[in-house]
Amino acid sequence: MSAVIESHGHDDHHHGPAKGLTRWLYTTNHKDIGSLYLWFSFAMFLIGGAMAMVIRAELFQPGMQIVEPEFYNQMLTLHGLIMVFGAVMPAFVGLANWLVPMMVGAPDMALPRMNNLSFWILPFAFFILLSSLFMEGGAPNFGWTFYAPLSTTYAPPSVTFFIFAVHIMGASSIMGSINVIVTIMNMRAPGMTLMKMPLFVWSWLITAYLLIAVMPVLAGAVTMMLMDIHFGTSFFNAAGGGDPVLFQHIFWFFGHPEVYIMILPAFGIASHIIETFSRKQLFGYASMVWAMASIAILSFVVWAHHMFTVGLPLAAELFFMWATMLIAVPTGVKVFNWVTTMFKGSISYETPMLFAIAFVVLFTIGGFSGLMLAITPADFQYHDTYFVVAHFHYVLVPGSIFSIMAAVYYWIPKWTGNMYDERLGKLHFWLSFIGVNVTFFPQHWIGLAGMPRRVPDYALQFADWNMISSVGAFLFGASQILFMYIVLKTVMGGKKATPQVWEGSRGLEWTVESPAPYHTFTTPPKVN
Amino acid sequence: MSYQKYYVPEDSKYPIYIATALFLLVMGAAGTINDLGKPESNSVYILYSGFAVFAITLYFWFRAVIREHIAGLDSAQLQKSFVFGMGWFIFSEVMFFAAFFGALFYVRNFSVPWLGGDGEKGLANMLWEGFEASWPVMSTPDAGSAFVLADKSMSWPGWGNALKWLPLWNTIVLLSSSVTVHFAHLALKNDNKKSFNTWLGVTVTLALIFVGLQAAEYYEAYAHYGLTLNSGIYGSTFFMLTGFHGFHVMMGGFMLAVMLSRSVFYNHFDPHNHFGFEAASWYWHFVDVVWVMLFLFVYIL
Repeated sequence: MSAVIESHGHDDHHHGPAKGLTRWLYTTNHKDIGSLYLWFSFAMFLIGGAMAMVIRAELFQPGMQIVEPEFYNQMLTLHGLIMVFGAVMPAFVGLANWLVPMMVGAPDMALPRMNNLSFWILPFAFFILLSSLFMEGGAPNFGWTFYAPLSTTYAPPSVTFFIFAVHIMGASSIMGSINVIVTIMNMRAPGMTLMKMPLFVWSWLITAYLLIAVMPVLAGAVTMMLMDIHFGTSFFNAAGGGDPVLFQHIFWFFGHPEVYIMILPAFGIASHIIETFSRKQLFGYASMVWAMASIAILSFVVWAHHMFTVGLPLAAELFFMWATMLIAVPTGVKVFNWVTTMFKGSISYETPMLFAIAFVVLFTIGGFSGLMLAITPADFQYHDTYFVVAHFHYVLVPGSIFSIMAAVYYWIPKWTGNMYDERLGKLHFWLSFIGVNVTFFPQHWIGLAGMPRRVPDYALQFADWNMISSVGAFLFGASQILFMYIVLKTVMGGKKATPQVWEGSRGLEWTVESPAPYHTFTTPPKVN
Repeated sequence: MSYQKYYVPEDSKYPIYIATALFLLVMGAAGTINDLGKPESNSVYILYSGFAVFAITLYFWFRAVIREHIAGLDSAQLQKSFVFGMGWFIFSEVMFFAAFFGALFYVRNFSVPWLGGDGEKGLANMLWEGFEASWPVMSTPDAGSAFVLADKSMSWPGWGNALKWLPLWNTIVLLSSSVTVHFAHLALKNDNKKSFNTWLGVTVTLALIFVGLQAAEYYEAYAHYGLTLNSGIYGSTFFMLTGFHGFHVMMGGFMLAVMLSRSVFYNHFDPHNHFGFEAASWYWHFVDVVWVMLFLFVYIL
């Protein structure tokens, strides 16, 4: 960040950033807030990652090795919650903050003060969540999906704090999303019609809509939990006429759109990077937009595929199976378009491109295992096994997180004015790529062989692959320290970046100098 | 096209105060709720302090926005941002209520009939044999001491008793208030400030009457019907849906009251420039629509 301050200290035409700590507390600048989000997300990525290391260390060998089962459950739960709500979502919001105003030619986000509020709620919310580790009875231990009655009747007292932390995280997400939508709908430069918007902007418009539609439903779910636990209601209690399965319906009505919230911005990022490094125009822009819109709409009618084994009526099982499989169509369109964009392109393999290609390949693997899980009768076999763990980690780690890393390498010259170290970047890529596959690919096999998820101990037959998986996880975890080093090194200095940075890059953000001035586009540019 | 610069405030202390207030609010609330029944708990003071910081900061934040508006800092484009922002905020509120309505539909159409032995999952009846499904659920599947069973529900009492039925009066009051707030809007557009203040005053009064009637209904439920949060799924859905609606009526009524005082004491609105009022009135119409749904699905059907 210091590079940004120095290069603009002498510039009297613009208002530069304020000095000191209060700059970050009071800022209304979309770039400052974007950086805050990204650093916060990275901190959470390391904390959640450390918890994953505890999990993998315990699973390194069969038998109880390092932690108590109770603590293992807390690690498992917090790992999921922190990675979903603390690492992946804030990272995408941070990218939206940095990029959306520049991409649409706006001076800032539409509602800058609310933007600051959206961010600063998060450190408080995660402070509450993490502090529950030190409360009586320990942290939440019911899995990130917090199914009732594990999260109601049998929950530790800290569940109350968890509920309120989720409430304010939701408030943060809703405000952030309103800001993104309003910026996109109201602040585009003259001439930038909807169908000329960069795909990252499109992906965020759709994501923000999903967030506003489902975060309140999550708030409703945790409110019902709170009332059931403390005020005697019976929402999830069959003895009073409610139903624990009702919790799962409400949760997954939020939860399924939520998983697309964590992948749609990745689609936008991959489209930009593949286009740039193939030195071709993106193949099928309009179909990309329609595919994302279709995925978003379908995401509201597939939630019960997470619940095939709870005893749904047959008609529901069939409906949710077919609706889920339908999602493969627009997703296939996207993968086809990325591959076709690369076809006959003059491709060069800089770090962002490596991450983007790995994203396409590995996300597709995660998508295929998703299709397997969508088949109701087959899911009866796969449900709650490590196959599911492998599936969603393939779409989240080499899916969402690789796309975030690709985005950081791709846009960091624009943010800091410096090029990152290409050699180290590639090293980081290969270590992460090998690490992620060694970690998660064997989990498909142990899952198909019958190892259940969320267990601290397992049968001897799963020992070998678990050990290999743990080794992969340690490699992946350690290589993220390298990532931090690369980013810090780039922030401090490095080869100066040109405004366009990449030979094939297109879009408004590449027309301003690198680093981007503190205020861009105080008068909107003309878009042809 | 002439271009007016989009106003981006330099920096602001309000958001970090609100974030801190939210932190205190939720820590205080969670602590208070966890300590319910324990005599020595101070969490409630954290809750109060959070609320105080929240209210005070919000007052100054809104005051700053109003002053910026009066100073002409906000362009037409910025005002449009507020319009969009309010619209999407109301959409998020719609989805919050959707979760509770969804729960109501699910228990009425699926889980309660299944527990009673009907439908594809009627096997559930083996849990509490002899439980007969009906809505409202007056006796819970497990009639043990965990539940306080109600003698009477809040549902439609039949034509003979309709006029003594509070929800009908609540409906009349709230629907009328939606009309009066619309009259206030029309008066404002015609630049008739006196009429605007009168109609808005009538609306706020109707809001107060509604909240009063709702309180009377809750008193009735607890004191005479034995209908409580503890009465099983009917009490749960009834109180949560009407309770959150009532809370939103209070918020909407408070917003309208603020607009009324802005108009009476500061003469703030003019025929073309009154989005603060318009946003509050949108919220009011939204609250009204939720009530119509409640009246239909909680009380009548």
